[in-house]
Amino acid sequence: MSFDERGGAPVRRPSTEGRRSASLFQFVSGYGYSAAGRDLPEVSRGRTTVTTILLGLVLPVLILAVWWVAAESGAIPDYLLPSPPQVVAAGVELAQAGLLATYILISVQRVLLGFAIGAAIGLVLGALVGLSPLASKLLAPLLGAIRAVPSLAWVPLLTIYLGIYEEPKITLIAIGAAFPVFTTVAGALRHVDPHLVEAGQAFGLGRLALLSTVQLPAVVPSIVSGLRLALAQAWLFLVAAELIASSMGLGFLLIDSQNNGRIDRMFLAIILLGVLGKTTDALVGLGERALLQRWG
Amino acid sequence: MLRDIQLEIAPGEIVALLGPSGCGKSTLLRQISGLDRPTAGTLTIDRTAVAPADQRSAVAFQEPRLLPWRTVARNVELGLPRGLDRRQGAERVAELLELVQLSHAAGLKPREISGGMAQRVSLARALARGPGVLLLDEPFGALDALTRLTMQDLLVDIHRAEPATIVLVTHDVDEALALADRIVLLGTRHDRPGATISMILDVPGARPRDRASVVLTRLRAKLLDALGVPSHHGA
Ligand SMILES: Nc1ncnc2c1ncn2[C@@H]1O[C@H](COP(=O)(O)OP(=O)(O)OP(=O)(O)O)[C@@H](O)[C@H]1O
Ligand SMILES: [Mg+2]
Repeated sequence: MSFDERGGAPVRRPSTEGRRSASLFQFVSGYGYSAAGRDLPEVSRGRTTVTTILLGLVLPVLILAVWWVAAESGAIPDYLLPSPPQVVAAGVELAQAGLLATYILISVQRVLLGFAIGAAIGLVLGALVGLSPLASKLLAPLLGAIRAVPSLAWVPLLTIYLGIYEEPKITLIAIGAAFPVFTTVAGALRHVDPHLVEAGQAFGLGRLALLSTVQLPAVVPSIVSGLRLALAQAWLFLVAAELIASSMGLGFLLIDSQNNGRIDRMFLAIILLGVLGKTTDALVGLGERALLQRWG
Repeated sequence: MLRDIQLEIAPGEIVALLGPSGCGKSTLLRQISGLDRPTAGTLTIDRTAVAPADQRSAVAFQEPRLLPWRTVARNVELGLPRGLDRRQGAERVAELLELVQLSHAAGLKPREISGGMAQRVSLARALARGPGVLLLDEPFGALDALTRLTMQDLLVDIHRAEPATIVLVTHDVDEALALADRIVLLGTRHDRPGATISMILDVPGARPRDRASVVLTRLRAKLLDALGVPSHHGA
């Protein structure tokens, strides 16, 4: 997923020119035909997506193959490198104990909650700093310093203040998610085309109307990319959060497996974190595409 | 950069501002609109001072300045007066798009239309509220010669239907002659910094005018001379 749809000026033409092989992708995405420029010729779009996905799978499959061969050959002992079937077996075992689904759900829930709270805070702070020079001078240095604190450094403090249940974990994830949104939104609002803002003012828009009519729509693409970064960051902070005396979740599974020497479960946890993170990112990417079509 | 500008414009009059590039035509227009303040002096519309972003006037900027995420129709909507209900607004927008010959493009985004079309959208947006003072900064600059003539005629029609006071910045001597009641020439003198009014010409004749008439030809030669372009008239 990338931003490449944005600048390329898709042009919807009523004519039937070039409609020889409209692909499923065009059909689904509603993209019409492009007037040259940076875009790929539209006819090859659908094939390109399939190729992109296939190309993206090449290395994971290759790594899996090498891993499998290396583990099966016995060259590396399985307390250092479990084989793929052993990892799958570990997953099945956890699932049968009813733990796997619980761990995944609780982690996803923490990520989503923390992400939502953090993104909302980041949005508000970003709007303040981006729109008001005074707020920017007041807040920017402090927020910059807070952002510079490594995630793990918050853990002891949050434990003391908020206990050991969900609050400190979600707070930590929210801290992690707030900053990417804050930074991108503040920066984007500062750089909204002053010509457009002035045009809005010339046509009688007050501060609030200007914000909702010109400034916010202008930064929608930045908000979306900020949200995407924030979601990635939320997963990063999740593991840190689950180091806080937790008894559930994928981060807990990692720590617990380390203590018990269950390297197969560690592999499982890491793979699940990767797959889940990529999946949520892809979902946001779909929403992003829809939004950019509307606002881009 | 501008000095000693004294100009009184009658209600319903069309004034063309003419002058070399960079002499301050846009600046003067921005001051009339209240987007910029003059460093010295006063501006009034109907004897009351011009407010910041005065709503009695409407501007079509030198660049179209359309909101890229809105369709053409929704961009024109931005210029509507407040307090119009949805249906009235939609009707007015459709009417305006018809006027600038863009009904077919109502649903397109600004990136999907040409520069000349964008300029017409910007003009429609400025017309939307039926402003008392219409400020046009080279509104037809990006149009091809033919569309430009059509749009000039259109402006004449609009003005006849709703006689707003129009200040029109242009580079085009013929355009000024075809449209304006008065032509105000801005220029600099070697001995003093800052541009000022170097000539005011009354253009006779009711619109639409015969572009090839003898009177206009003579005025054209005079203007071109003043702008420093030899007219080759009668050569
Ligand atoms: N935003 C700005 N800040 C500072 N100076 C400016 C700005 N915009 C324009 N100027 C200066 O003001 C002078 C007049 O500019 P203005 O845009 O009014 O010229 P103009 O007569 O409209 O020119 P053109 O016909 O090329 O549009 C120019 O010399 C320019 O250098
Ligand atoms: Mg100008």
